[in-house]
Amino acid sequence: MIELQTRQADSLTTEFIAAADELVSHYPVSKRSASLPLLHLWQNHFGFIDDSGIDWIAARLDLTSINILELVTFYPWFRREQAGKTIIRVCRTLACALAGSYEVKEKFCQTVGLDPHGEHHGFGHAPPTTADGKFSVEFVECLASCGSAPVALINDDLVENITTADVSSIVDSYK
Amino acid sequence: MVSLLPAPHPKERRIIFGNISKPGYAPDIETYLAHGGYESLKKALGMKPGEIVDMIKAANLRGRGGAGFPAGAKWSFIKYDDGKPHYIVVNGDESEPGTFKDRYILHQDPHQLIEGLAIAAFATNVQLSYIYIRCEFPKAAKIVWEAIKEAKAKGFLGKNILGSGFDLEIYVHQGAGAYICGEETSLLESLEGKRPYPRIKPPYFPAVLGLYMKPTIVNNVETICHVRHILAMGPEEYAKMGTPGDGGTRTMCVSGDVLRPGFYEIPCGAVTLGELINDVCGGLKPGRKLKAVIPGGSSAKVLRAGETFKMKVKGSDGQMVDKEVPLMDLVMDASTLQAAGTMVGSGGVMIMDDSRDMVWALNNLNQFYAHESCGQCTPCREGSLWMSKVTTRIIGEGARPDDAKNLKNIADNIAGRTVCAFGEACSWPTQSFLAKFPDEFEKRVK
Repeated sequence: MIELQTRQADSLTTEFIAAADELVSHYPVSKRSASLPLLHLWQNHFGFIDDSGIDWIAARLDLTSINILELVTFYPWFRREQAGKTIIRVCRTLACALAGSYEVKEKFCQTVGLDPHGEHHGFGHAPPTTADGKFSVEFVECLASCGSAPVALINDDLVENITTADVSSIVDSYK
Repeated sequence: MVSLLPAPHPKERRIIFGNISKPGYAPDIETYLAHGGYESLKKALGMKPGEIVDMIKAANLRGRGGAGFPAGAKWSFIKYDDGKPHYIVVNGDESEPGTFKDRYILHQDPHQLIEGLAIAAFATNVQLSYIYIRCEFPKAAKIVWEAIKEAKAKGFLGKNILGSGFDLEIYVHQGAGAYICGEETSLLESLEGKRPYPRIKPPYFPAVLGLYMKPTIVNNVETICHVRHILAMGPEEYAKMGTPGDGGTRTMCVSGDVLRPGFYEIPCGAVTLGELINDVCGGLKPGRKLKAVIPGGSSAKVLRAGETFKMKVKGSDGQMVDKEVPLMDLVMDASTLQAAGTMVGSGGVMIMDDSRDMVWALNNLNQFYAHESCGQCTPCREGSLWMSKVTTRIIGEGARPDDAKNLKNIADNIAGRTVCAFGEACSWPTQSFLAKFPDEFEKRVK
């Protein structure tokens, strides 16, 4: 049986292509510099980056696909799989850990229904995600807000001074 | 995020955070102009570029990103008329654990950065510049980009700025979650669209072979913001705020076990560590005693409560004399902390009280460095992971008798053996925690 696969690159809109062109124009000396901006554009649009995305970006910048793939496998931000609609990134590093970020992260996992001890190995995988696709929770390294620890980056919002008691109302506000 | 700062502590002098502190201050250009914005740029455009570089030198401005290199000297490496394109890249990748100042500048006063950058570009013959912002600050990237467009619409950027004939384009470039991109040559590789493996120096000093192999200045966000104020107040007055060789104010970011963590903009050298903890930050939590201080971001060597340091200090007759300085009397400036065997770094001061387990704290940092090593150099790629595994088993059940020795051996074989300073950054915590708190390791490994 032939499995039909959707290629992300088959559904590009003219708006998307114009946005990509605009980003490339920011780098008049070398188009290759637009690699990260185009990867961000792609991931923000589709939620993750599939093979067709890597090929498309490479072709747009006159590169070979490996030039783009090696960025996706290096930078922790990029993923090859769909993550939750809301991504909760709890800061793991020292100041936040001193202020209880391990407990806060565990509480987030329990509240959305994820195994608090689930492992996440990166390498393009999405962070642990609920079955309904609504939430992902992961630890990230220092978010540069140590004075209001513990903190989490939830989608584009920084949430500060989180206590375990706050967690369920924070989660509710993203439902 | 804090939208309004508390009233300044008497030890503070808010220059960079002067406007941000004002009620109703917003990141748009009208607000900035109403607070004297872009006046320093107008002044600069009437000066000779070399005079501006001399002013930055005379102001004794040191880089605020971590390495503390004199900014004026860095600028003067760029030969104005060498016929090559030059670039300035602003390092807004703020990722050093313990540091959280640039975040507020980028979100709340982006025009201050843009004005400083335009002055720096005029002084060093730069027509194209990038502001590299870590992607974990998604709103900051939007705010700064909006600010750039506003400034361009008003003629402060773009072609023929304010009729001076000087052109400058600035773009925002977002990172993708890698700490290593805060290292300046890694940042340039990242900006060129490559895997961000740091470049080896020599020959790849950014001032010689920087972005696209052309002379490049990489400066921290806070550093560039100071430029506007140096022009406004004059280098002498600016330098006078600090100590000789470390001029102006420095934003100290205090986190951990104090009652009032936060960032405090203080003239360089105006407070001792004791004043910073007990006076500015309200002291430790009730009933707690100080145990350890990491004074300049997580890579800075840790200091132990009760330590004393032999160093030369200025006596009452003005002569330099040898003195034993207790930890709490250490002046928080570049030269004093260097004499104490550590560094002021990025200004990130992390405080730990007597409830804290030092092996646990080191393990937290070791996990950070193991995660963030870029993997280019074997000693760092393998060693940072080994250190993290060893401290993990020490705080777990699997400590081995020679683990303290193992740790030291690994750390000693990373520092000095890598392309970039990450090698030192990841081994200094292990080396210093072992040296300062040997008993905490020994009681676990026996």
